Amino acid sequence: LKHVEILDAKTKDKLCFLDKVGNIFTFNPQWYPARQSIRLDPKGKSLKDEDVLQHLPVGTTVFLTEYAGPLLIYLMFYFRVPFIYAPKYDFTTSKHWVVHLACMCHSFHYVKRLLETLFVHRFSHGTMPLRNIFKNCTYYWGFAAWMAYYINHPLYTPPIYGEQQIRLALIVFLFCQIGNFSIHIALRNLRPPGSKTRKIPYPTKNPFTWIFLLVSCPNYTYELGSWLGFTLMTQCLPVAAFTLVGFIQMTVWAKGKHRSYLKEFRDYPTLRSPILPFIL
Amino acid sequence: MASGEEDGTVEEKETNNKKRTKGAIATAWLTFYNIAMTAGWLVLAVAMVRYYLQKGTHKGLYRNIARTLKFFQTFALLEVGHCAIGIVRTSVIVTGVQVCSRIFMVWFVTNSIRQIQNEESVILFVVVWTITEITRYSFYTFNLLNHLPYFIKWARYNMFIVMYPLGVIGELLTIHASLPYVRRSGMYSLRLPNKYNVSFDYYYFLIIVMLSYIPLFPQLYFHMLRQRRRVLHGEIVVEKDE
Repeated sequence: LKHVEILDAKTKDKLCFLDKVGNIFTFNPQWYPARQSIRLDPKGKSLKDEDVLQHLPVGTTVFLTEYAGPLLIYLMFYFRVPFIYAPKYDFTTSKHWVVHLACMCHSFHYVKRLLETLFVHRFSHGTMPLRNIFKNCTYYWGFAAWMAYYINHPLYTPPIYGEQQIRLALIVFLFCQIGNFSIHIALRNLRPPGSKTRKIPYPTKNPFTWIFLLVSCPNYTYELGSWLGFTLMTQCLPVAAFTLVGFIQMTVWAKGKHRSYLKEFRDYPTLRSPILPFIL
Repeated sequence: MASGEEDGTVEEKETNNKKRTKGAIATAWLTFYNIAMTAGWLVLAVAMVRYYLQKGTHKGLYRNIARTLKFFQTFALLEVGHCAIGIVRTSVIVTGVQVCSRIFMVWFVTNSIRQIQNEESVILFVVVWTITEITRYSFYTFNLLNHLPYFIKWARYNMFIVMYPLGVIGELLTIHASLPYVRRSGMYSLRLPNKYNVSFDYYYFLIIVMLSYIPLFPQLYFHMLRQRRRVLHGEIVVEKDE
């Protein structure tokens, strides 16, 4: 831990900060310690006296758990670990090459996310309530298991239009993965480390960022595209369901972000839509 | 200036008038709706009593009332709409869950699995639903007419204590009885391989539905108990669920 700030729950004023963890202190003599409550989140539960700040789930650890889960769970189904399918299939591999391709794409996607969480993203709030972690993990891990079960099933049916469909799907998937990564880099470069200034994102030299002309949250646009590609590649209804649910959630987030951009910047480009150019 | 101020107040009056007419229409519609539903479930009650008095048995009773039951229970979907457009101040989700569970029971269990239609558990939950709905809809009706007899209020907030568990027992026993028939027929199920690469087993789905009663029933029951304490102990009735 480098820097811990304590904020007033109602006014969000900075009360004090700790840079030498381990000191005993009183920061507001108006209320004696028994009347003070420290929480990670204004709406969360109070921390107990014995809680060690370093050991509480915060920021990156949450995302790492959320993303490592699907990565490993999918691999378990891919390698047909015992007790999932009939015993005669244990540790066998699928005879369809699209299944191997799908595993590579799925794994690539989550490895990329893990690396981005570690090296690219700058989190604006370092905390997340415990309740959310449970809900998010159930969502990510549950869907991963549901998808992986069918894609790696011995009775899996490959896409109807065969190689053409798979090739198109792969192109879409890779294009959107690169796009998504480009946006994350562009957003990171918007704000130098430690600065609190917020700026409007604009297209850069990278063609994948030119979509900023039409969309406020192109990272979500590309994410949707990736999963559409994966759906096409695997022709699997649970993947389509996951794509749909993700799309709904990302649209909600994109609309919120778009609204806050409009509120904050007078000169915000009017051509932009939240997530789908001209549509949504 | 004079005309500017007049325009302002005229606009205000117009929107207020619109609001009042909308409120009046809503109340009129809801009053009609609740009277109609009370009547419908009363008709059902009478039909069931008559059948039992004439035939002396419950066998065939479900077939006899099936159409009326399906009609009025399905009509209750409108209540979700009422919450959605805001003329009833209850959560859309809570109402949605309640109505959907009824629709599920009627259409996807009792209606589709003919072999269980003569089970006693079916009669149990249909009777419970009928008593509950007559009480509930007449409560809403009298409320809208601003003339609520105490005994209706008493019934609404006390009978559920017995009705709710009895209804749950009837529903669970019915689903349980249907399991062997579902398994044998493979109804509503999709097996691998298929081009959507998905499967669905109605048998296991029903088992999960039964298990879901365990967390859900106590929550609903204790919610009603809390409402009861608030209403019958003289506090303000707020017909809005959290």
